[in-house]
This record gives sequence, C-alpha cells and structure tokens, in this order.
Amino acid sequence: MKKSLTRQQYLDLYYYMRLNRAVEDTMVKLFRQNKIVGGLYSSLGQEGISVGTAYALEKKDWLAPMIRNIGALLVKGVPPRDVFMQHMAKYDSPTKGKDGTSHFGDLENLHIVSPISMLGDLIPVMTGVAMAGRYLGQKIVAMTWIGDGGSSTGVFHEGLNFAATQKAPFVLILENNQWAYSTPVRRQVPLENLADRAKAYGIDSYIVDGNDVVAVYSTAKEAVDRARAGEGPILIEAKSFRRMGHAQHDPAEYVPKEMRKHWEARDPIALYEKFLTAEKLLDAKSQKEMEDKINALLTKERDFAENSPMPPAEFAEHGVYCTGDGCHKIEPQWARPKSEVTPPKSSVAAVWRVEGFGEGKGSGGGIAPIHFGDTTPTEANPESEGKAAPKVSAKKTGKKPPPAVAAASSRKARR
Amino acid sequence: MAENYATNGAAGAPVTFLEAIKQAMFEEMERDPAVVVIGEDVGVYGGAFKTSEGLLERFGWDRVIDTPISESAIIGAACGMSYLGLRPICEMQFIDFVVCAFNQITNFVAKGHYLWNAPAPIVIRGPSGGGVHGGPFHSANPEMYFVHTPGLKVIYPSTPYDAKGLLKAAVRDNNPVLFFEHKFLYRRIKEQLPPQDYTVPIGKAVVRREGKHLTILSYAAMMHTSLEAAAALAQEGIEAEVIDLRTLLPLDEETILNSVKKTNRCLVVHEDTKTGGIAGEIAAILCEKAFGHLDGPLMRVTALDTPVPYSPPLEDYFLPNAKKIFAAAKELARY
Repeated sequence: MKKSLTRQQYLDLYYYMRLNRAVEDTMVKLFRQNKIVGGLYSSLGQEGISVGTAYALEKKDWLAPMIRNIGALLVKGVPPRDVFMQHMAKYDSPTKGKDGTSHFGDLENLHIVSPISMLGDLIPVMTGVAMAGRYLGQKIVAMTWIGDGGSSTGVFHEGLNFAATQKAPFVLILENNQWAYSTPVRRQVPLENLADRAKAYGIDSYIVDGNDVVAVYSTAKEAVDRARAGEGPILIEAKSFRRMGHAQHDPAEYVPKEMRKHWEARDPIALYEKFLTAEKLLDAKSQKEMEDKINALLTKERDFAENSPMPPAEFAEHGVYCTGDGCHKIEPQWARPKSEVTPPKSSVAAVWRVEGFGEGKGSGGGIAPIHFGDTTPTEANPESEGKAAPKVSAKKTGKKPPPAVAAASSRKARR
Repeated sequence: MAENYATNGAAGAPVTFLEAIKQAMFEEMERDPAVVVIGEDVGVYGGAFKTSEGLLERFGWDRVIDTPISESAIIGAACGMSYLGLRPICEMQFIDFVVCAFNQITNFVAKGHYLWNAPAPIVIRGPSGGGVHGGPFHSANPEMYFVHTPGLKVIYPSTPYDAKGLLKAAVRDNNPVLFFEHKFLYRRIKEQLPPQDYTVPIGKAVVRREGKHLTILSYAAMMHTSLEAAAALAQEGIEAEVIDLRTLLPLDEETILNSVKKTNRCLVVHEDTKTGGIAGEIAAILCEKAFGHLDGPLMRVTALDTPVPYSPPLEDYFLPNAKKIFAAAKELARY
C-alpha cells in the first residue's frame, strides 16, 4: 500500500470496512436467533472490494450491488437498519418485505439498482443506465459487480460486448473469490486471469489485489475517471477469497485447508490496520473511538429493525403495476438542452460506412477484410492489424499457441 | 381482406398496419425526447420490416440504436435506460427471439415495480404469428408466456388504427408492455387514420360485429378470420357477436361477460396453440363469473399443439381457419 490519499479518505475506507464487517457480524447473531427469515450471505474477507470500489463513485453515480456488496451499499449511503430489515422481512424495509438480502434499490436519491438472483443481468441493465446518463448529459458512471461464477453467464457477454460497442461509461468489478458455491474457479474458467475476458470485447482491464483496499480504491478511481471521460467500459478483476460458505447453511468443507489458512492470514481489515498504524493514521485511541461509534450506531439501527412490524398479509397483492402519475411521475433529469436530441439538431445522414471496413484498410490504418480470407494471417504480419493481432501469452499455459492458419479459419467458421 | 374497421373521423389515404406502427414510433419520438428505439438493424437499415425507416435520419444515433444480436442486452439496457426516465421501444426482429431475453423480461423488468418500487416504462414489440410460411422460428405466438407474468401488459392488435393508438398508449404507459404485431396483417390491411394525435386504451376489448346467438372472442389475425366466419354464419341465420380482445393482459372481463351474458354461448378463436392458450383462461373466468348464463360448453378453435410447421400444407392444417370456426360455431349454436 502506498500513501497517496488524504487522511480523511484513508479513515473513511477504514470506517466503512469496519462498518461492513460489523453489520454482517450483527446479522450472523440475528441469524442464530432465528430473526433472519431467509438466507444470509457473507462478504467476510471481501470488504475491501465492496468498500474500495464504491468509494470511487460520486454521489450522482449509479451502482447495483450483488449479494456480497453490503459494503458498497453502506458507502453509497444506505443506513444499516435497511440492511437488517431487508433480511428480517420487515414492513419498514426498502422492499416492505417483498424481497430480502441486498435486493433493493433507490432510483430517486441514492441511485441504486436492485439486483436479482439471476447472475449477470445487471450488466446490460447498468449499461443502459450509463447510456441514459450520457444521453441526458448527466456525466455519470454506472458500476456493478459480478463474481467469478457469474462471469460465465451468457448475459455477462451480451452485456459487456454491448457496453463496449456503445463505449458506455460503465465499470464492472469482477470479484474473483475463487468459488462459485462449491465449484472452484479452475473448474469454471480456463483462464489464469478473468480480466482477460476484457480482451474479447476490446476494452481495458485491471487486476488488483482485492484484499488491499487502497489498491482497490486507486484502481477503481482511475477506472471511474476514465469511464467518465468517455474511454468506454472498464473491467477490474479483484482477486480475493470467499471465507465463509455460499451462505450460512454451507460449511464449505470443500475448501482446502491451506487455501483458507493463506487467505485468513491476509484479512483485508487486519492488513489495513497494520498500514494505518505504520503511517500513524490510526492509534489505539482513535481505533477504540471508531469501534464505539459503530457499536452505538448498530445498537440503535438493530433496535429499530427489531421493532419494525412485519407487513400486513394483504399487502402481498399490492404494487404489481404502476398506476400512473399518482404512483410514479416519470421524468428524466435533463442536464443538456433537449434541442440537441430533437430535430433538426438530432438529424443525421444514415451512413452504412464504417471507416475502412470492406475497403481493405482498417480504422487504424491496418488491413480490414473485404471478405473473409483477404486478411493476412495475423502471425505472418502481426503489425498490420494493430490491436487485433493475438499476442502469444508469456505465461506457461501448457498449450501451444494456435497456428495462424487456425486463427484465420476460425474467423471463417464463425459465420 | 376487409378494410376500415374504424372511421373515428378518419382522413387521408388509407395506410397499412406497418405504416401505422411506423407513424406511432415517429410521432412518439417527435413528441417526447425521452423516447428512444433500440434493436437489431433498426438504425441505418430501418428494421427488417422497415418499421423504423427514417427514424435514424431524423432523431440521430443516440435515439435509434443498432445493437449486436443480443436480445438480453437489448432488454436489459432498455430497462436501465427507463430507470433514468427514458421510454425505450425495443424491437425484436421477430418476436420469436423475445424468449432469448425471457429471464431479463420476466425476472428483472416485470418484478421491479412490485419488489422495489421501480417502474420500467419500456415497450417490447415485434412481428409475430404464422400464415406466411416463416417456419417454426419465425411464426411464433409467444404471448401466453407473458400473460402468465404479473407486472407485464400484453397487447395484440388487429387493425392499423388500434396498432397505432395502442402502441402510443404503450409508450406512455409506466409499465413494461409486450406488443405483438401480426406480420400476416402488416401489408394485407389498410385503414384511414385520424390526422390528430390519438391513443387507444390498454385493457379494453371492442365489439367488431354485434350478434345475439353466440360470442366469438378473438384477436390479431384470427379476428379477421372470425369475422369472415361470422359473415358465413349470418347466411345461415346465426348471428355471431365478434369481440376483438386487443389486450390480453389485463383482460377486459367486463366486455367479455356482458357479451356472453347476452348470447349465452362462447367460442374462443386464437392462433396460439391450444394448451395454455388464452381460451383456457377465459373458460375459467366464465365458469367463475357467468356459469349460470352458459347454455353450452366453451368451445375453442386454435392452432394445434405442435411447433409451427414450415411446408404450406402442414401450416395450413396447423392454423385455425374460417371453415373450422364456422363448424365449431354451428355446433355451439345447436345448444
């Protein structure tokens, strides 16, 4: 960890990681008291990712959490009571008892989109959020998370490819905790680095140690700034480890002991405390003060949650449809003149032509196909296609690189 | 095929169903810059059936968005856009492909308002239905998947007037709407449309032909086939009342019940396959709410419970037609 943040930023990151863990510890207690209605998922050991990435967003930006991103919700401004009440299925919860866990959102104020249990769906949804924000001139960035497991869904690829074609201001955090329920990442994806998935969409990616919150934040900040500046979507792979089972019911006996030991010794909060102490940003007294503050807050929040009523049964049949303006008055927040997107200003010449395509030269000056088979095999002339030329990985993958001719024929086969 | 189902102060040259769809999108985009169109080949090409022709030239790349072949991404992105107040119209190149985005529609879009107070004002539209030898993947009527999904609205119009008015209403509705356009009707019927802005209310059926001996409930292309059968039935002294459902979700129970309470007999005609079709739902409603008024069993004329076959003799056998409707209606009238 290197020092480059303000003192307040360092302490904010610490506060939110501690709050994240304390909220989840409280929920484990509630779970054991049978006060949590459904499942309880843990982000133990992954707090640095949720907190470090969400902290890189501005207030106006949008995020959509996954099940293990309670920390991101807290950073965005969700009060702990909402998280407790969601899990306890209470009437005062954001979904009023209609859904649990982190499945809630806030379109009006906090700009949070609710996840669903089907993985990957948030990627095109947040791409749409990013596109709409750009269209309205709001200069926002949209962020969501996906696991190593979720990165194998079809909609992950559809969404990220579409985001890339649109150059949407979108940042995707690929949280590689190495386990999809009981299936290790090595059995899911034949890649050393899941960040390599970005190459398939022609977008940039980063790999970061997910247990180093400062590195996570710095990387996320750079990605968010670049996305906001119009450089298109960015993928960040944050490597970490899921310390608990898939959920409370799962003892995760399938995890090798050595692996667990290794990662438990790299607890993100303990590592960060060591750093903060060495940098004289934290001492025993200020640490104690922060703990007391969090304890006092959570006692209050938990009391509120426990005292909230369960929803009245007949509430089950309410709210399937929006009933009109009295229910929701839907109005976009324009941050640019509407005249820019209405005729005559919006009118364009509809042109087929994509620069260089089909004319024998690519947009980068390289060779573009007139028809398949025209392109020089990439390895015979690696410079000619610029970025498109596949680089032979320096890593030992145990496989020979495919011959150039196979690459050319596979392009053909794709049709 | 018959022309002019609605006069409604019509003026100007009659237009096709296709043209009515195009006019609706054009006028809604003109009216409200929050309306955008997103789909495969909708931009420069103007859509596979040319329903978005000219939109890109007028409204630009930000509002007429060509996408990769990624139906889940189209629906997902439209949903995200709607969260910021936009009103995207998603085109499925053929409605058969809507099932590629089934999860996105049924789990994300449809449940948002109920679960977390997030309306998703998007329209998902595209060409549907058989009779044009499109084969098993370009002829589907997948409306009932969505009628079975609370949170969605499902519209399936039969005339250019309704297509335009209902599409405009769908764009202005705060809920996600599935909008089916029967491609058999695209160029086969023409109608004069009013020059001024109008909408047709979602959830309202309409009586297309009055009668007293039995009620025929139908929608989309089969509404025209039912009218054809009704004309033949009239020659034999059987006066069939033909009702065009127009919206399948929410279903206009009031119009259905009023008619059946008058005629005491009900025949449902749909091009969708039989098992799990809307006829079964209507039968249940009539049993619950008009059992004492029925003089005979609810009858149905539908497509076979098979995929849509390709070869003309097979598809003709698969589809309902006026002859089958005529025969069923005669049988029902005997009760």
